[in-house]
Amino acid sequence: MGNYDAIKDLHAERQTFFVRALVALIACGIAIAILVSRLVSLQVFQHADFLTRSNENRMRLVVVPPVRGLIFDRNGAVLADNVPSFVLELIPEQVDDIENTLKRLSRIVSLDNEDMERFRDRLRRTPRYRGVPIRTRLTMDEVARFEINRHDFSGVDIRAGLTRRYPLGESAAHVVGYVGGVSEEELREFGAEGYRGTTHIGKNGVERSHEVNLHGKVGAKIVETNATGRPLRDLNYDRGAPGQSLYLTVDAQLQVAAEAALGDREGAVVAIQPSSGEVLALVSKPGFDPHLFVDGIGFKTYKALNANPTKPLFNRALQGQYPPGSTIKPLMAMAGLEYAVTTEHERVFCPGYYELPGSSRKYRDWKRRGHGWMDMDRAIAESCDVYFYKLAEQLGVDRIEAMLSQFGLGSATGLDLPGEKGGLLPSRDWKRAAKREAWYPGETLNIGIGQGYMMMTPVQLAQTMALVAMRGQGYVPHIVHAEEDPLSHTMRRVAPTPVPSIETRDPRAWSEVIHALIEVTTTQGGTGYRAFHDAPYLAAGKSGSAQVAGLAQDEAAPELSSVPKHLRDHALFVAFAPVESPQIAVAVIVEHGGGGGSVAGPVVRAVIDDWLLRDADPTADADAGNAAGATVLTPAAAAATTTTTAPEGAG
Amino acid sequence: MTELDAAPRSQIGLLARLHVDAWLAVLLLAVCSVGLFVIYSATGSDGGAVISQVQRIGMGIVALLICAQAPPELYRNFAPYLYAAGLLLLLAVLVLGDHSKGAQRWLDLGVVRFQPSEIMKIAVPMMVASYLHGSNIPPRLQTLAGAVVLVAVPTALVAVQPDLGTSLLVVAAGGFVLFFGGLSWRWIASVVGLATAAAPIVWMNMREYQQQRVLTFLDPSSDPLGAGYHITQSKIAIGSGGIFGKGWLNGTQASLDFLPESHTDFIFAVFAEEMGLLGVLALLTLYTLIVARGLVIALRGQDTFQRILAGGLSLTFFLYVFINIGMVMGLMPVVGVPLPLVSFGGTSMVSLMAGFGILMSIQTHRKLISS
Repeated sequence: MGNYDAIKDLHAERQTFFVRALVALIACGIAIAILVSRLVSLQVFQHADFLTRSNENRMRLVVVPPVRGLIFDRNGAVLADNVPSFVLELIPEQVDDIENTLKRLSRIVSLDNEDMERFRDRLRRTPRYRGVPIRTRLTMDEVARFEINRHDFSGVDIRAGLTRRYPLGESAAHVVGYVGGVSEEELREFGAEGYRGTTHIGKNGVERSHEVNLHGKVGAKIVETNATGRPLRDLNYDRGAPGQSLYLTVDAQLQVAAEAALGDREGAVVAIQPSSGEVLALVSKPGFDPHLFVDGIGFKTYKALNANPTKPLFNRALQGQYPPGSTIKPLMAMAGLEYAVTTEHERVFCPGYYELPGSSRKYRDWKRRGHGWMDMDRAIAESCDVYFYKLAEQLGVDRIEAMLSQFGLGSATGLDLPGEKGGLLPSRDWKRAAKREAWYPGETLNIGIGQGYMMMTPVQLAQTMALVAMRGQGYVPHIVHAEEDPLSHTMRRVAPTPVPSIETRDPRAWSEVIHALIEVTTTQGGTGYRAFHDAPYLAAGKSGSAQVAGLAQDEAAPELSSVPKHLRDHALFVAFAPVESPQIAVAVIVEHGGGGGSVAGPVVRAVIDDWLLRDADPTADADAGNAAGATVLTPAAAAATTTTTAPEGAG
Repeated sequence: MTELDAAPRSQIGLLARLHVDAWLAVLLLAVCSVGLFVIYSATGSDGGAVISQVQRIGMGIVALLICAQAPPELYRNFAPYLYAAGLLLLLAVLVLGDHSKGAQRWLDLGVVRFQPSEIMKIAVPMMVASYLHGSNIPPRLQTLAGAVVLVAVPTALVAVQPDLGTSLLVVAAGGFVLFFGGLSWRWIASVVGLATAAAPIVWMNMREYQQQRVLTFLDPSSDPLGAGYHITQSKIAIGSGGIFGKGWLNGTQASLDFLPESHTDFIFAVFAEEMGLLGVLALLTLYTLIVARGLVIALRGQDTFQRILAGGLSLTFFLYVFINIGMVMGLMPVVGVPLPLVSFGGTSMVSLMAGFGILMSIQTHRKLISS
């Protein structure tokens, strides 16, 4: 480049640059003149006006939080709504002696230590010119008493607002969820702008999973206020939009009936409409009162809930993962027929144990004496383990995995509630990754009877029954079926999503498996006979029990009564009905309940009865809109407490 | 023989040995100190924010000192590499950038998150200056076309991030260098004409939020929760300050939370409310003196590269000042440009100081040429 210098006219260049620099300086001068003239306009000529707006007529942006959408059950019964509530607030800036004010206030409204603690905590985190709530949910009496004395309390005021109410209370709390104070983290997730002025956000259940629909759009108005903060006029008003109302697929009456059927026991019930994937009831017991969270739960109460050994906050229906036990056997039978390793007529002799070829290790049947000769129908009806040990061995882990994964095992069903777990469908690859070990043949036998590593959630269990009922053509379980715009009252239905259909070589396999499931409930010796033999409809079902205590593999199951409760097996029962045109598929798990047929079976029966026979039962025609009628529950509750000593699948 | 060697012994102080231009140093420190006072007030007397701003100023001074040591020839020869590196980083951002607020502007280097478009604010003028250095001034058409490409490529890469504000600043930096390089008035007029004609096309290619900003600027009441609110409150703050201001720490607009982003992009409003017209004029004088000193350094530059780079950097600095203050006063749409050396924040502090380091290098490495 240097050789250009010689040719370059350095003088002309300097000249050019000098002119340009001069022009630049002049341009900067003009720009500054523009800025200064604007400044003079703002700070000199309009100064008085702006000073007024700044001092005496402060403009205040008032955000108008949207009204949260309502939640209804499938019949329009209210599951969550908003009720007016009165909140006592204090603006720190306007109060000289806060402690003294609190003391005087406590003579008018009731303030306990927890209220005080919460107030002081919030006081520290809130700017001084913002109201800090002292008490929420004032009674009308307290409101009246404060109004009379309000002249003594400058800087303290009552603010009317809406608070969330759950009319069913503890019932369906695990489905509907609850709202609670919005956290910083949630503001980041959902966008702080959209939550200006909104104090609550869905924390769990539908309230959480459909937060975006329920919340609505924040409105805003700019209000001119005088120096004391009194609003003078609205300058600009954007009304925002209320949240969408949601219609759930859940039937409140069935939900209550299912909860009653489960009684005080810990467990879960899931009922699905097979033809649509609509969840009709979803129960996790014990429950909790969602209202505890709405006003901000106290530390002690929360700690107690969390530390409770029965885990009331844990949603067993979709987060509880249990070995499916013998409820897996119909699916194993499907696999056996599909891969043609057996036929429905092929018989297996059950001596009470099974041995792998070349091994002397005994895999026990739950029935020590053995079942004798078993074909597929009887093996399912009586829940013979040996039959399925053999079938599992013949199938091998890979083919079992291929069939069971088609039923959705090992992955969450996609239910539109937060936190659903996927269970565990073991495979060679899984074991290599998780345990760094090869797959052993004995583990295949354990899978065959739904034990070992295999884990399913109650939702998955119900879904497998729905899929069997629909012969492989099902839908993703879902809990919201419509949303409604509260202003235009336009409904938008949520179309059910089909799951990939389960392809079978010979469709008669479905008939065979369903036939076997009918045997469970209709034939003497069937594990569901006691619960279902007198049902006025035809049900197909399967019992199961999930091992809690790890028995040595060749150890026989001990007598139930000799086992401490927390080591007893979980009782399971799955069923669908009526067989001809399936309307409901149910899965029940009773934790530490013992026998599936005797303990979980009657719960399933009660749920199906309520759904199919409701109109026939004269005591049950309570208005569906007020579904919490307890009258319906009597027969179900009675059934639930029945215990029998019917044969159980211990597998 | 450098000027340093020729100067009387008494003048060869520490500053000269550090290649620091005393004029610029004093002015920069003055503006930074003003910033510290305003940040303290705008953050509601948060000493922590002041300390962290002091650290950033420290980082800026280190960057300045480093940049001042290198002789201008080094920048001239180094420009293509810096420019190429900048382009590569911009491409990297597009491919693996960190998604922040829906735009890919950041590159996560593990320790620091880093915005390559910031480099381009310096690399583009340096590259164009280095390129023009080798050719005749005023440049011929071919040369000009090359320069346009040099500016256009990084601009486009920044614009698709999308970061319209920064891409315009990169264009401006390149444009200023071309302007000082002797771009003919006819061309300047054509470019301005073209830009006006292209406005509708740009509008159609803008993201929705960018269009929204312009619309809000035209009608602040259309967005009472967002930018329109900022502008309205900011004007109230400035206007209520009057001639003498409400006094330090006495501004009500900021402390009552009426003014969002009061310590970053809208810090000028806090200053204007508390210090009034007189304070603002003093601050504007400081800024003007900085730009004037920059232009003086440019005039005394010893070759084409030094002159037009120094001129370009000075004018870019002024542009930042103008855009920020204009925006806060409601003269132009809200774009995310901080008030140079005053707004709370580290990225712009370091890159601005690096730019002044280059100016000081041009000033202090002069060789005396016998005419």
